Amino acid sequence: MADPLLKLDGLTKAYPGVVANDGVSFQIMPGEVHALLGENGAGKSTLVKMIYGLVKPDAGKMSMRGATYEPATPHAARASGVAMVFQHFSLFDALNVAENVALGMENPPKPRQLARRIREVSETYGLPLDPDRLVGDLSAGERQRVEIIRCLLQDPKLLIMDEPTSVLTPQEVDILFETLRKLQSEGTSILYISHKLEEIRALCDGATILRLGKVVGTCDPKATSAREMAELMVGTALHTPSREEKAPGEVVLKMTDLSVKSANPFGTSLKNVNLTVQAGEVVGIGGVAGNGQDELLAALSGEARVADAAVTLNGQPIGALGPNARRKLGLLAAPEERLGHAAAPDMSLTENALLTGAVREGLVSNGFLKWADAKSFAETIIEKFDVRTPGPENAARSLSGGNLQKFVIGREILQRPVCLVVNQPTWGVDASAAAAIRQALLDLAENGAALVVISQDLDELMEISDRFAALNEGRLSEPRPAKGLTVDEIGLMMGGAHDMEVAHVDG
Amino acid sequence: MIRLEKRPQPSKAWSYATPLLAVLLTMVAGGALFAILGKDPLLAIRTIFWEPLFGEFAWYYRGQLLIKAGPLVLIAIGLSLGFRAGIWNIGAEGQYIMGAIFGAAVGLAFYPMEARWLIFPLMIIAGAFGGFVWAMIPALLKTKFNTNEILVSLLLVYVAEQFLASMALGLLRNPEGSGFPGSRNLQQYPAAANGELIAGTGLHWGGVAALIAVILAYILLNRHMLGFQIRVTGESPRAARFAGVKPNLLVVVCMGISGGLAGLAGLFEVAGPAGQISIDFNSGYGFTAIIVAFLGRLHPVGILLAGLLLALTYIGGEAAQANLGLPAAAIQAFQGMLLFFLLAVDVLTNFRVRIGKGEMA
Repeated sequence: MADPLLKLDGLTKAYPGVVANDGVSFQIMPGEVHALLGENGAGKSTLVKMIYGLVKPDAGKMSMRGATYEPATPHAARASGVAMVFQHFSLFDALNVAENVALGMENPPKPRQLARRIREVSETYGLPLDPDRLVGDLSAGERQRVEIIRCLLQDPKLLIMDEPTSVLTPQEVDILFETLRKLQSEGTSILYISHKLEEIRALCDGATILRLGKVVGTCDPKATSAREMAELMVGTALHTPSREEKAPGEVVLKMTDLSVKSANPFGTSLKNVNLTVQAGEVVGIGGVAGNGQDELLAALSGEARVADAAVTLNGQPIGALGPNARRKLGLLAAPEERLGHAAAPDMSLTENALLTGAVREGLVSNGFLKWADAKSFAETIIEKFDVRTPGPENAARSLSGGNLQKFVIGREILQRPVCLVVNQPTWGVDASAAAAIRQALLDLAENGAALVVISQDLDELMEISDRFAALNEGRLSEPRPAKGLTVDEIGLMMGGAHDMEVAHVDG
Repeated sequence: MIRLEKRPQPSKAWSYATPLLAVLLTMVAGGALFAILGKDPLLAIRTIFWEPLFGEFAWYYRGQLLIKAGPLVLIAIGLSLGFRAGIWNIGAEGQYIMGAIFGAAVGLAFYPMEARWLIFPLMIIAGAFGGFVWAMIPALLKTKFNTNEILVSLLLVYVAEQFLASMALGLLRNPEGSGFPGSRNLQQYPAAANGELIAGTGLHWGGVAALIAVILAYILLNRHMLGFQIRVTGESPRAARFAGVKPNLLVVVCMGISGGLAGLAGLFEVAGPAGQISIDFNSGYGFTAIIVAFLGRLHPVGILLAGLLLALTYIGGEAAQANLGLPAAAIQAFQGMLLFFLLAVDVLTNFRVRIGKGEMA
């Protein structure tokens, strides 16, 4: 076989207190789609940052087509033919597609020429995109296309993609995969980072699995089962959440023609959402990010006030009540953004326990705070939910994502909610913590609480929901029993692919 | 290359050390400034920091210390509550003036009645109310129309100054003052005077009020839900809303408290050390209190110490002007350096400095 395009040899990078990469070696062949697998914190990001010239390795060598490859900056990496699509987009909402693309290029051509080039590339690779549209108006999938096209215009030899499908509908994933296969057939190599195993099995030719900064295995994803790969990734056998089948009870939460104007100018307003949630039931709400998830959570948590009758809890109208009045009645919520929304980053865990626990846990009397009680509540959360931290006096931001998420979810669950609303409960959380959180949610439903789980992780929703509905541009689809739903049906509920009709792939 | 690396937790040690470091840096840079002006830097620093406390005329200066520190602390405590919540009342000077006018007007209205038990408390209430009303203008404009409270409160300082001049020349002018601008002297009206409580200390009711404010603010911030809401709002506004804080109400409460305390400071000043409403009654306490609030790390006890320190630079500065012929602007620059260096070294609380080659992550 030919020489490898990129060869990594013993790459090591240590940060204070943690070795992010420890002697990582693997190689990528020309035209290969190579998967980099690993849990959050396994060192995937550090590794690709080294390849992309953002981070300098402490030890080890890289070579590109046999020649030494030591990019000092992303600029140097791009000059060597390496391009990267980040998980978080760096686009300006108020500029149009062509302007955004131009901003990321070394020598942007004239605007009209660029717009033509964008159209050419987008048609060649089946990525429909209008260069004149404002980025703020685009869906997440379309924004990703902007990033991809920006890379393709530079004619890369190696394209790095970091968790590209986390924001896409199943149909959009198909479009993306067509594009990637076409690139592959033209000889472009792709380094594909993900923890979605079925995707990797469908797309990749080889896979390298990282755990705690070390390579723990390589495999042919097409010949390895998803479960085997997952266990390599986690290092232990996986625990699948389980629960008894149970008939749902009385209607607890009811939304009737709920409409909310988004507080954010580029946000999505909710339009006539109707949903009932019964005691002991988990309703999963899917949908691509930015289709009204934040607004739905705000309308239920009480951060956004709505018409009083639009939301009822056990028959009582609560739409006009604020967050603490709703907590008092038993409607609790855990927002998606852990740092800065569900928790105050620089405050201690005790203070963060007080943040939402004040009302139901009786941590305040006559306006004065009961610090001792708040501390013991924080300690209970830490103990019951296995939050890894030296103690409740530590700042929220000192915790890892998974640990803080366990704290946030645990804080709400321990307050014995009548109804709990969570948004992205396991986003950015390692697999074992995610399983623990899902199990805790199921146990809560078992004990008679009504649950609304908003998530972009369809596997998670299928695993824990009784009924499933999807948000699409602020509208909620008719909920359907989750059992037996096919991926195609789910995809259509989520709104299918945006602008699918324009998509045509040559060859 | 020098790099800043974010600490996982803010450093406790540095948050105590940075004010001291800032004072030291100010002494060095200020000394250099004085040297450029042709003065002996060591003598100048000594005149500012040492003479007022332990020098030949300390008996006079020490009394001045509490007179100056009282209003600074009182105003800064109020400001610090808003600053903690990200509500920027920059117009304490105006609220201070309005408090003085309201309070003095009430006192003068009763002249020459002698019922001190009635008049002095009424003046205190009126003083606090005057500052409160003036602070409500930016507060309500912010909550109703989302105007910027920094600009509105600052510009209202200049309105208050004009109002002060018109009062001193018109409505409140001393009818027996042969047409000179300025009101009757409240110091000479026993029912309304805010005199020295212990002879020779300079302590008047304003100083007492400042101490009470320090204690109450400490309890509020550490033990009370309102204080907790103030802190959460400052740390993370979105988390605060999630926790049920009503942001508009908090703006009104914080502006109201800071305005009321600034008004109180104005009243105690006009009925005490200043004695009368005059065109140039205000002397910048409202602005200096901003420095005091930050120098004290927005912490009540810190503000108490910072107020004393700033009062010292005021008094020492005056001594340096008198004895060494330093220009007043140099002293103001010196005080400004203090805030500048404090903000600059503040970064050490949240970041640590790494020296050596590194990458941009």
